[in-house]
Amino acid sequence: MTHEDVKVLRVDSLARVEGEGALHLRLEGGRVAEARLKIYEPPRFFEAFLRGRAHTEPPDLTSRVCGICPVAYQMSACRAVEDACGVTVDGQLAALRRLLYCGEWIESQTLHIYLLHAPDFLGHDSVIDLARTHPGHVERGLALKQTGNAVIELLGGRAIHPVNVRLGGFHRLPTQRELRPLAERLRRARDAAEATVRWVAGFDFPDAGGDHDLLALAEPGTYAIGSGTPTVMPAPSTAGLPPDSDRALPTRTFPVHAFPTHVVETQVPHSTALHARLDGRRHLTGTLARYAISGRWLPPDVLRTAREAGLGDPREGTVCRNPFRSIVVRAVEVLYAVDEALRLIDAYAPPPRPHLDVPARAGTGHGATEAPRGLLYHRYTLDADGTVTDASLVPPTAQNQAAIEHDLRRAVQHRLDSGRPATDAELTTLCERVIRSHDPCISCSTHFLDLTVARD
Amino acid sequence: MKATPDTATSGRRPELAVWKFASCDGCQLTLLDCEDELLGIADRLRISYFLEASSAPGPGPYDLSLVEGSITTPQDAERIRHIRAASRRLVTIGACATAGGIQALRNYADVAEYQAVVYARPDYVETLATSTPISAHVPVDFELRGCPIDRGQLVEVITAHLAGRNPDVPAHSVCFECKRRGTVCVTVAHGTPCLGPVTHAGCGALCPAYDRGCYGCFGPSNSVNFPSFVPLLRRDGMATLDVVRVLRTFNTGSPEFDAESRREAER
Repeated sequence: MTHEDVKVLRVDSLARVEGEGALHLRLEGGRVAEARLKIYEPPRFFEAFLRGRAHTEPPDLTSRVCGICPVAYQMSACRAVEDACGVTVDGQLAALRRLLYCGEWIESQTLHIYLLHAPDFLGHDSVIDLARTHPGHVERGLALKQTGNAVIELLGGRAIHPVNVRLGGFHRLPTQRELRPLAERLRRARDAAEATVRWVAGFDFPDAGGDHDLLALAEPGTYAIGSGTPTVMPAPSTAGLPPDSDRALPTRTFPVHAFPTHVVETQVPHSTALHARLDGRRHLTGTLARYAISGRWLPPDVLRTAREAGLGDPREGTVCRNPFRSIVVRAVEVLYAVDEALRLIDAYAPPPRPHLDVPARAGTGHGATEAPRGLLYHRYTLDADGTVTDASLVPPTAQNQAAIEHDLRRAVQHRLDSGRPATDAELTTLCERVIRSHDPCISCSTHFLDLTVARD
Repeated sequence: MKATPDTATSGRRPELAVWKFASCDGCQLTLLDCEDELLGIADRLRISYFLEASSAPGPGPYDLSLVEGSITTPQDAERIRHIRAASRRLVTIGACATAGGIQALRNYADVAEYQAVVYARPDYVETLATSTPISAHVPVDFELRGCPIDRGQLVEVITAHLAGRNPDVPAHSVCFECKRRGTVCVTVAHGTPCLGPVTHAGCGALCPAYDRGCYGCFGPSNSVNFPSFVPLLRRDGMATLDVVRVLRTFNTGSPEFDAESRREAER
């Protein structure tokens, strides 16, 4: 191979992703030799400093892992500590938690759709530029995002790092009177959410698939958000199907407490890349996985909108594996979250107390919830007085990295194989689009990685 | 912050840059959370560098740099110097940039041990032994407090910059905000331990309005009196360890919270 055959492309600072990452692509003789999503966020050692803290503290402390999805951290932390203490939060308190989580889904998914992702499809560098050509669309997106924030602000006190969440429930309950104007806003937001699905469904999507096992929580009968059982839909190749197949495959489940034995992350020597493995295989968590696994439990009118948006009907065994189309699935999830928030407000009757007591006891607890970007797992070990002696947090992006890199390799190879000459700029743009399709949250992904070392 | 109007001195739009160091992204997200003001701000300021929002970064120099995050790596200690040199005014946003953030808890520990807890191969991870605020490395023109910062205060800092005046961001305690909001004092009425008397205002006294004591997201106020305050926490049921823990969170690197937590820890 001549020197000219080797080409290295680098993007040192990825834009429009949460947190800081870089891309490294190495081509050799028309083949993709290496595609690496490099994460250079400095470590913050959450899992280390959580040791020695009180069992009541992880919800407030771990929300600081991620300003984009603090509710997800609070919810997974609460579930894990409550599990360790043998407390189950259900009924209206669980419903209020789901309502809070709906607010984060609306806010965070809309942020990604309008501010981070849509500019890719319309040839813009940012939402500010997008606003010059599509002012009405951007205003609609900002209003929808603001409605999500309004839900978090009422239930949580503020949109980023809410103050009202605690073990066992909340510090203060909302009144029905406070919820009424929120419902009014959500009803208006529903129109915006529906229009968003139709808008993004009209974007131009490259053909692509994803040959990854899909991992999401499932709770038969509902679209799992804050609880459920880890559920796996195997990759299409396991059934002899092509990667872009839209066929659903039979799923398997494992209990949340078995998560550490199923999902293992490997730190590879001489590389900062991390390879999450689910039962030894590459997997993907997040929007596409949720829709594949829980889509059939969406309410009929949301499903109809999804079908009209070209996503197929999950009840008839159709899934979407094209990462570029994830923006459509995100829009469907926003529509669902708006509907679900309205349903929860409608059914709300204040519980007798804002929270259950969660007395400390020795033990280990596990919690998993669906952060907007995918399954977020927490584990805490407590001693008898509630002191945290061990903590483990596995965020979605750390799990998705291998799948993102695999999609990068495939997309670039597909482009090279087309025979048309590809400029570096074009390949770079393509890679950035692939990465943004997966909505990586790099702030989260790096601070606490549960790693084992792969050695030759 | 030194007050000289940008727009009056030249016809061009001032250039804004947003920088990230060790942090959760929440404070820069606050700028995107200014849904009502975002497009208006973008009309008045050229957003030259804001990676989270734009893939077309400008080269600088910048009239106003907003800096999120703390310094935790040798590379970042170098990078902040370049940013300072390229910025007319530099404003830190949030507890990480202003006090070192929650990651400053490493300052009380052996960072090698921390690395071993989290990483299988600590040798792959380069990090400093401490997490320090931006002001420990370069001169800072203004520090905006909070974990996270308050949206209204962020808009105030930006508009003050545009108008060439000092931002109106009071440094008194959260107690003033409770009084203004009409919230009954949770300590007086319910014996709830509350950091409000020693915590910088800015959040609008959220926690007491949600039936919980303040937990110090905005760091120390301009007049803290720990010898009078800590006995109140004890009276309301906090043990020494609880006092240490409540002071050692997002603003643990602030000189006041740090010194008091060390005093308590030595008891």
